Amino acid sequence: MTYIKPLFRHPKLPKNKIGYTLKEYEGALSTLCAGCGHDSISAAIVQACYDLSIEPHRVAKISGIGCSSKTPAYFLGNSHGFNSVHGRMPSVATGANLANKELVYFGVSGDGDTASIGMGQFVHAIRRNLNMVYLVMNNGCYGLTKGQDSATADKGSKSKAGSVNPFLPVDLASMAVELGATFVAQSFSGDKGQLVPLIKAAIHHQGFAFINVISPCVTFNNNLGSTKSYDFVRGHLGVTSQLDLVMEKEAISVDYEKGSVVRVALHDGTELELSKLANEWDPKNRISAINAIENARENEQVLTGLLYLNTDYGDLHEILDTTDTPLNQLDEASLCPGTVTLEEINRGLQ
Amino acid sequence: MKPTDTSNPEYYHKVVDCQYACPAHTPVPEYIRLIAAEKYTDAYMINWQSNVFPGILGRTCDRPCEPACRRVRVEEEPVAICRLKRVAADNKGDVKSLMPQGPFTPNGKKVALIGAGPASITVARDLAPLGYEIHLFDEQIAGGGMMRSQIPAFRLPEEVLNEEVNYILDLGIHTQFFTYVESLKEVLEKDYDAVFVGTGAPRGRDLPKLPGRQEGGPYIHIGIEWLANVAFEHVHSIGKRVIVLGGGNTAMDCCRTSRRLGGESVKVVVRSPFKDMKASPWEKEDAMHEDVEILDNHVPLSFEMEDGKLIGMKFQKVKAVYDENGKRQLLPTGEEDVFIPADEVLIAIGQENSFPWIERDIGLEFDQWEMPVVDKVTFRSTHPKVFFGGDAAFGPENVITAVAHGHQAAVSIHLMCEGKDIHDRPSPYVNLVSQKMGIHEWSYDSPVAIDKRYVVPQAAKSITLKDRRMEVELGFDPPLGYKEAQRCLNCDVQTVFSENLCIECDACMDICPTSCITFTTNEDKEEDLRKKLLVPAENETQDILVSDSLATGRVMVKDEDVCLHCGLCAERCPTSAWDMQKFFYSVTKAHEL
Ligand SMILES: Cc1cc2nc3c(=O)[nH]c(=O)nc-3n(C[C@H](O)[C@H](O)[C@H](O)COP(=O)(O)OP(=O)(O)OC[C@H]3O[C@@H](n4cnc5c(N)ncnc54)[C@H](O)[C@@H]3O)c2cc1C
Ligand SMILES: Cc1ncc(C[n+]2csc(CCOP(=O)(O)OP(=O)(O)O)c2C)c(N)n1
Ligand code: SF4
Ligand code: SF4
Ligand code: SF4
Ligand SMILES: [Mg+2]
Repeated sequence: MTYIKPLFRHPKLPKNKIGYTLKEYEGALSTLCAGCGHDSISAAIVQACYDLSIEPHRVAKISGIGCSSKTPAYFLGNSHGFNSVHGRMPSVATGANLANKELVYFGVSGDGDTASIGMGQFVHAIRRNLNMVYLVMNNGCYGLTKGQDSATADKGSKSKAGSVNPFLPVDLASMAVELGATFVAQSFSGDKGQLVPLIKAAIHHQGFAFINVISPCVTFNNNLGSTKSYDFVRGHLGVTSQLDLVMEKEAISVDYEKGSVVRVALHDGTELELSKLANEWDPKNRISAINAIENARENEQVLTGLLYLNTDYGDLHEILDTTDTPLNQLDEASLCPGTVTLEEINRGLQ
Repeated sequence: MKPTDTSNPEYYHKVVDCQYACPAHTPVPEYIRLIAAEKYTDAYMINWQSNVFPGILGRTCDRPCEPACRRVRVEEEPVAICRLKRVAADNKGDVKSLMPQGPFTPNGKKVALIGAGPASITVARDLAPLGYEIHLFDEQIAGGGMMRSQIPAFRLPEEVLNEEVNYILDLGIHTQFFTYVESLKEVLEKDYDAVFVGTGAPRGRDLPKLPGRQEGGPYIHIGIEWLANVAFEHVHSIGKRVIVLGGGNTAMDCCRTSRRLGGESVKVVVRSPFKDMKASPWEKEDAMHEDVEILDNHVPLSFEMEDGKLIGMKFQKVKAVYDENGKRQLLPTGEEDVFIPADEVLIAIGQENSFPWIERDIGLEFDQWEMPVVDKVTFRSTHPKVFFGGDAAFGPENVITAVAHGHQAAVSIHLMCEGKDIHDRPSPYVNLVSQKMGIHEWSYDSPVAIDKRYVVPQAAKSITLKDRRMEVELGFDPPLGYKEAQRCLNCDVQTVFSENLCIECDACMDICPTSCITFTTNEDKEEDLRKKLLVPAENETQDILVSDSLATGRVMVKDEDVCLHCGLCAERCPTSAWDMQKFFYSVTKAHEL
């Protein structure tokens, strides 16, 4: 019987810039169903943080309720975590983020957690351009409560029990673009080659970075007729671009077809290198992004890769001009300047 | 790359590192699990089938399995495979009733075995149940060969030796002890269907040209002869100051025996640097624990005499210099020669074969080094009826090698006597069975113990040095044996992959603690594929398992190198594309043909 992961690792496991191996980024052994797409996404998050040499204690993981929301227990075991209430991850993330802007905020949610009970919170986090990665592990069902159709289930998709979903789906990616999210991407749990660089780019993006990851539920939604099964998704993938995060400025090395490679600078000086696969698509143009998503839908495809990016709009801290110092590092006098200051402020408002 | 052919039994056999390295291919993990389950009798019998002398080997084996143990690659110290064998032997129940029971119906064939060491005894063990009439000749008083005459009783008690030798001799073997065979020709003239030569490498090397060797004669002894004289009680004491020349295991036995026979200041003096000494590390440790001093980088110059008595030896100090090919040269350091006082000297600088009793005109060819020409697979000499094995075949090795030779020679002899082609070797017996009992349940202990290797308890030096027969090692008791047994990684429980079931969810790749599994696009050349893995597969002595093409066109590649056989890949696989299956491999013996 094994619920324990052996402590031995490959003796030649490489180390990143800060001397850590992947092991330092792992979490507890997953209790999700064997083969669940969510576990692959956890592994992609581990890989991305390792690759970026992020110090684990500089990350905060926040989630709601669901199998997807359980995953923060299974990655980044040395980071901060808050498993909140169903659909309430954004408000907890907002509070934490306002108190300390120095951490990387990883919000993990499910399609049920985001597209139903948490929809209101999701929308407002986007509107505020909260500086965080918001990752939805989207399996088209409520995995934790035994597979009921969720709001992202496609119309006509068949459940394991054989019922066909009669409702139109909420499309989280186009909704995020519509609402002005500044980084919107879509991916598939079974494609780490694409997912890992997307997560890295999302971490480096200053503002709300949304990644909708199709993540098959092996137990309740991997059947024939489901549009969120491994087989179906693999057969219906469209890709906007191949993406790479360029940490140091270097010349474009690969010989792409003319005009097909785009470089986009992020706030912190890193660059995204996109080799475009979809024509007529400009990642910095909202209309073009929406068109690309709609076109893919017409062709019964799930469009993956980076969909939209806006680096001009400031994040919540910039908008509110908050202090740079985390609240836990301010002394009492600065946090609570006293009645004299309060009266001054009040006078200024009279 | 083409998909790996796992239907070839050698693929999975190689994954079981210890068993693969064992000359007799003892199913190590299988017996270790039985020890953990307190099934000592079964553990003993598995050993006995493969290596005939579990109690003896559990104390004295050269343990080629241990450096091969996977644990060395993921942790540091191997499982104490050898000493666990002793746990089985010490705690077993009645085993005799599980062994072949004579009398056997004669098959009308007669075989002569010359020398009663482990090689010959193994041949006897395999042929007797088939009804062969076996005549075993040895000049010594009883069977066992060097296990009796050389391996000191403080490492191998006589009762243990007698017990295991007698299990075989009791199968109805006609023994003729105190019989030195003077002529192979005469043996061949009798109507034997086959003759097996297991006479070992009985001659100890000397230093005949070293000044003082003649004069010092009475005080200078050849190590292996001296050990035999001690074992057979012709020698009972030695001088207070002893020099032992040589750095192998014989030297270690000589110095430790000296300590028990009156040697107070015992020095092992060796030409090579300490780290290059041939003795096993544990033998050196045991000797030093018994206050033996080891002086390395000393080349003997002369035996020094005074008034017709040996007073010591002179040595030149050297240092090892290695050229770019790693070849070693011992160069004088220029320091003054060293005089070491001594009352007696034991020369333990190696053994040689010698076959003065084999005529050179009987159609049995010898090579330029005066070694018989012997086939490495069939163990047949150039004389069709004469087979060799053990140290007599290719020079001094060890007990387990002699046993392995014996099994193969017995197969050849039986095939020949049946009129079959002796080059047509039997395939091994193999079996592959799923260990799955539930989603998270296996019929083996899959969790990986992190315990460091346990040390075998020893009796106090103050007691053991007083009696050369008193066994030094006490062996693991059952609780300690259990803990050590749990360190075994169960390398025989194979990760078996079925590509037709895999949905490429990556779960196995993500969970594998030692990053063994990679899904990737295939390459033509193995070296290119090896480079592409999550952690590149740099250890080329270990195979990679390559699947057939999967639905996405990729392949699954598993590097066998540091797999912990923890079963997590199979537990995380939603479709059972991975399964943990126990692979049993056993070399086919003559009596199983
Ligand atoms: C000091 C010492 C310590 C050792 N310790 C170990 C150890 O710890 N572990 C280990 O694995 N190995 C050890 N070895 C090696 C091991 O003993 C031998 O490799 C092994 O015994 C070889 O077996 P064998 O069957 O070839 O013949 P042997 O064991 O050498 O037996 C050959 C027999 O043939 C007899 N014989 C020879 N010629 C004739 C003849 N013409 N007529 C009749 N009889 C004859 C000899 O008397 C002898 O009994 C040690 C060797 C030495 C010298
Ligand atoms: C307030 C509240 N309402 C309902 C539930 C029951 N519930 C638990 S998980 C879940 C849905 C989870 O679906 P999703 O977010 O898609 O996660 P998945 O398990 O599919 O990964 C629901 C409705 C709850 N825990 N709390
Ligand atoms: S761990 Fe066990 S099975 Fe594996 S090589 Fe070592 S002894 Fe053999
Ligand atoms: S048994 Fe499977 S999971 Fe465990 S180490 Fe081996 S390949 Fe990896
Ligand atoms: S866990 Fe099983 S199905 Fe998933 S990739 Fe591995 S072998 Fe294939
Ligand atoms: Mg869901």
